[in-house]
Amino acid sequence: MFRTSLTTNLILICLLVVLAALPPFLGIYYGNMVTRLMILGIFAMSLDLLIGFTGLVSFGHAAFFGLSGYILGIVMMDTETASIYWVLPACLGVTALASLVIGWFSVRTSGIYFIMITLAFAQMLFYFFNENTALGGSDGMFIFAKPTLAIGSWNPIDFEDHHTFYYVVLVSLILSYLGLRRLLNAPFGQVIQGIRTNEDRTRALGFATRRYKLVSFIIAGTLAGFAGFLEAMHTSIISPAHLGWHESGNVMMTVILGGIGTLHGPVLGAFAFGFLHDWLQDVTEHPTLYMGIFVIAVVLFLPRGIAGLPADIARWLRRKPPGDGGSPP
Amino acid sequence: MNDAGIQPLVAARGIHTYYGASHILHGIDLVVRPGETVSLIGRNGMGKTTTLRSLVGLTPAREGRVEVHGMDMTRAAPHRIAREGIAFVPEDRGIFPNLTVHENLVMAARPGRDGRDDWSYDRVLKLFPRLHERVGNLGNQLSGGEQQMLTVARALLTNPELIILDEATEGLAPLIRQEIWNVIREIKQTGMASIIVDKDLKALFRISDRCVILAKGQVVYEGTAAELAASPEVHMQHLGV
Repeated sequence: MFRTSLTTNLILICLLVVLAALPPFLGIYYGNMVTRLMILGIFAMSLDLLIGFTGLVSFGHAAFFGLSGYILGIVMMDTETASIYWVLPACLGVTALASLVIGWFSVRTSGIYFIMITLAFAQMLFYFFNENTALGGSDGMFIFAKPTLAIGSWNPIDFEDHHTFYYVVLVSLILSYLGLRRLLNAPFGQVIQGIRTNEDRTRALGFATRRYKLVSFIIAGTLAGFAGFLEAMHTSIISPAHLGWHESGNVMMTVILGGIGTLHGPVLGAFAFGFLHDWLQDVTEHPTLYMGIFVIAVVLFLPRGIAGLPADIARWLRRKPPGDGGSPP
Repeated sequence: MNDAGIQPLVAARGIHTYYGASHILHGIDLVVRPGETVSLIGRNGMGKTTTLRSLVGLTPAREGRVEVHGMDMTRAAPHRIAREGIAFVPEDRGIFPNLTVHENLVMAARPGRDGRDDWSYDRVLKLFPRLHERVGNLGNQLSGGEQQMLTVARALLTNPELIILDEATEGLAPLIRQEIWNVIREIKQTGMASIIVDKDLKALFRISDRCVILAKGQVVYEGTAAELAASPEVHMQHLGV
């Protein structure tokens, strides 16, 4: 079963309360930044389902993130208004279909070959959009209008309002987390965790593991597509960079920073990554260099990531100093 | 009773299995009939585990044929063979450490091939009272013996017709080992067929109907347990004991 300790649950609830209370105190810059980091948190959780729970290290996960944004851009290209009731299913449907096709080939491989095949598919999509002048080529495309939730003249939620959109993303983050948690505690989740631990054993128990891996790949891809949809709605721009290997590398780094196989860790990782990068940009001309040093330090000294930090500190505090308990000479 | 007419549950017919370029099994023939207990004996590295892995599809044979219920399953995926009523208890135990005992058991539970549901969750826990006490514990919180019991229990919950036990008592304390042998005996009494690989020859002779000795990837001896127990020269020649 996927569990979190009581302490972790309390910390997460406190963080959620803080996130819910923050908007009035954040300016537009930090409000937008936190919104983006919550979206990246959803994106990173989707990758954690693959890496941390199914044992599939995908290096092309951004393909689904960017593809969904492009579908939104294409749908909104010639219209000033569209209903989210069909735009969102269209974006997620195309992403799910792409996940099915890419996953169908990818889950037939494992290890380094899986990494390479997912990267290859993502790069194919990258070059497709990069070379496609009708879709803006390497500059990408602007999304001038956002789909609306309106039914007739009644619009319950205005996505154009920054604060409102902030809360839409926050609710999406919470629902994504709870949904994944429920999935992991269902029989399906137990099987994919079995696959990660020992695929041969899971097959010998009678499970068609390839099918389970494919379903996990589709769910992760579709959730990444949902994050990409929110990102495109938020920034009103989509470009090939959103589905390139650089973006895939960033989200993988986020998962590693936050803590693989923890679900909430990748969200913490997204915030740590985002705020650190923002701060480094202010204080140095080489933020990427220092980010690299930070990631190396986390990997070396916090193998369980930021999510494992409280447990690591507790263990460190419990450790007796050398010689304690021994008899004096 | 002449059992030549009984269809084998599992049959390996001249199988050759390789790990990459290494030729491990050289034409193994092995037949297990319903209700029969067969011991696979041999020194280390003679191909016992590879034979078992070929039977369950984890390391498919390149030549020869593996039949389950008379159907050719040589190239079948392991999950298909498992669904034909073959349960495999590997030597490395292979419990799922991040799942509880309860979850380890229920994830595998299903009716047998013909809809039989002889082994229920409650019956399995009755067979392994130690597991009953630890249903809420994670797999990695169990002792080696308890992990082995969990693996056997999980295999039983698939309601198999044949259970394959690879070194099920390896590395366990004598008392726990005895407990496992008692369970194997109880399983035999239910009429379930089994293939057992173990180093404890005396225990094997007591429980087996038939013994097969492997050497260098070939069957070098096959006979009843009583015949083999009474043939010290065969032990010396093939097993060095």
